[in-house]
Amino acid sequence: MHYLTIKNNQSVSLSEIPEVSYSTFLVLNTGMVAENLGRHCVNYFGYPDGDQIKLICCIADDTDHLIYISSCRVDVNTEYASFTAKNLCFEKFEREIHENFGVMYSDHPWLKPVRYAHDRVDMNEIIANYPFYSIDSEELHEVGVGPIHAGIIEPGHFRFICNGEQILHLEIQLGYQHRGIEKLFLETKKLNQLATLAENIAGDTAVGHSVAFAHVWESLCGFESTRDLDFARTVALELERIAIHTGDLSAGCTDIAYQLGSSVFGRLRTPIINFMQEWGGNRLSKGLIRPGQNKFPFTQALADRLKQVLDAFEPDFDEMNEVLFNMPSALSRFERTGVVSIEDAAAIGAVGMAARASGSARDIRLTHPHSLYAELNHEPFIKHHGDVYSRFQIRRKEVTQSIKYLRTLIADVPAVAEIKPAKATSAPGANLFTLSLVEGWRGEICHCAITNADGELKHYKIKDPSFHNWLALALSVRNNEISDFPICNKSFNLSYCGNDL
Amino acid sequence: MYNNIKILYHQGKQFIPDVTTAKVPGIFRGRPIIGTAKVDETELMEMCPVNAISVNPVSIDLGKCTFCGECAMRFPEKITFTTDYKISTNDRESLVIKEGDDKPVSVNSDKVRPEIQKLFGRSMKLRQVSAGGDNSCEWELGAANNVQFDMGRFGIEFVASPRHADGIAITGPITENMAEALQICYDATPDPKIIVLVGTDAISGGIFAGSPALNRTFLENHTVDLYIPGNPAHPLTIINGLLDLTRKRK
Repeated sequence: MHYLTIKNNQSVSLSEIPEVSYSTFLVLNTGMVAENLGRHCVNYFGYPDGDQIKLICCIADDTDHLIYISSCRVDVNTEYASFTAKNLCFEKFEREIHENFGVMYSDHPWLKPVRYAHDRVDMNEIIANYPFYSIDSEELHEVGVGPIHAGIIEPGHFRFICNGEQILHLEIQLGYQHRGIEKLFLETKKLNQLATLAENIAGDTAVGHSVAFAHVWESLCGFESTRDLDFARTVALELERIAIHTGDLSAGCTDIAYQLGSSVFGRLRTPIINFMQEWGGNRLSKGLIRPGQNKFPFTQALADRLKQVLDAFEPDFDEMNEVLFNMPSALSRFERTGVVSIEDAAAIGAVGMAARASGSARDIRLTHPHSLYAELNHEPFIKHHGDVYSRFQIRRKEVTQSIKYLRTLIADVPAVAEIKPAKATSAPGANLFTLSLVEGWRGEICHCAITNADGELKHYKIKDPSFHNWLALALSVRNNEISDFPICNKSFNLSYCGNDL
Repeated sequence: MYNNIKILYHQGKQFIPDVTTAKVPGIFRGRPIIGTAKVDETELMEMCPVNAISVNPVSIDLGKCTFCGECAMRFPEKITFTTDYKISTNDRESLVIKEGDDKPVSVNSDKVRPEIQKLFGRSMKLRQVSAGGDNSCEWELGAANNVQFDMGRFGIEFVASPRHADGIAITGPITENMAEALQICYDATPDPKIIVLVGTDAISGGIFAGSPALNRTFLENHTVDLYIPGNPAHPLTIINGLLDLTRKRK
């Protein structure tokens, strides 16, 4: 066997992962993705191992709930054939390996810096000198936007090549948000510091990333989760989904200048995040999720309160959607705008809403269920047009679905189990590898950890769904009017800090 | 049209009538109070994930605190978090809450430049710069302008260009990769101008303090006019802080 098969949140001994030659590694992983559209790369990363770089590739199968792990050792400053030349879905992973460790690729089509990490190999590469693609023509012009944008959002640079009003090409350059977070994971020794780091990876996905970290840590420690912990995490993930999807519908209305929709959806987000505050003391659920600890038990009183909040929320949400999605002036902006074809979405390994809007049933809640999702028998909403309309429709449907799940969950609030604190927070096992997949509101979050002989973190790898989906945004705007860029961008609402780490 | 009016009718009035006295729901963690009870101070100090707690006397630095509340859960007899969201100030020292302190945190008007109240007292436009911010403070700055908190009623708004702004509001720990853009944005803002730091990350670096990927020299070279603590800062903390800075007290 050239690979090891594991399940979501399973820890294995590092030595169990087969190490193969680079040529086998290449054929194996690109082959697995090519032969089955239901497979994609959830994480592919390297870490220093002596003078060499050890590469670990994780391919997840959407249909059989399994993840295939393989590894290989490569030399720096030696040229290798790239995975990307065979499968586009490895594109950014290989750029990252190249930027961080200096592994060279002979046939990578786009070997540019990913985020200008502070510990990159080539310090002569600086963010001000990013090598943008350009076309030499008197007919075309370029538009540069950012890093600081017009709204209150994170920084990134967008470079458009346009023919009149029409976008021919968009290149997205990120890295401005790089805080060195993966390195901090290795230097930090206290568990509550690690948990605080995890919830600051992307503040709009505090629950998603904290749950992924908690799963990794608990798996490394051999901690068996309790029902009340799983319950709290499932509820928190669905609340976060409702809150952010509703906020995104508001932003979508803002970008088509529909003031009423913008105001109503904007205000509807408030009762949901205020409920988060009633539960855990923070509107964005920071401080709520901790490994092996149910810090703020979900009580029956909170369940009754949440029922009230949802009862008040749902009619207003439905009424607003009914009007918005039947309004010709809104539909004409949403429909057939920013299309990502089914083929493109599959080729680049899109995840989350972006994938589901382009015909893929990729949803960790279904494909690699954790917490209480197996009981909920989740069925993702799939659209096939891949346009702005599809992505906003999915948000609307997912909010309604999440409300349904919450109603089911709070009908049976589990009692809080007694957990001996030392049990969960005791040191992780030695020389382990673990992988955790969580479906955040944006899509698939993947955290991988490797421990050393003393049970300390030797490597921590974070992958936000945005890492896959930024390319989907760049493809979606081709041949669209540049004035439609904001609505395309908002329909994805990707994370800058989740990419830059 | 009829449907839109129906929605307007169903929504009714959404704005908070008085943002200076509004109550926040639930167990919001605002300004802490540190009692005089004797506890294991070493454990208290070491449990804080961001080293916000010092001893002799026991104090919490709200510029570093992430408001996770773990100290209050471990030592309820020593530390309690009140729901007082008015914790913005222009005086960095005022953010350090000491044992026995139970007085509001506010702007020290003696230290406010006279032109701020004169020029920005009834209208102030800010340019927001996210420099490594995790999109949580950015969300709350946006929420401060939604129909409920409605900061626009005070003439305080965020604008698209530094050329239109009276100051900048910085979120995030200020990364090396954003340092130049931040400086350019500040230079492009016309004088007189203010600098506001929003959130723990901006004020002290938060959990990222000391990361080699940061470059906080901007703050060494400029005077900060307002610190708005929080992780993220609550919209009411933001609004009351900005009002406290720019409005004359009655």
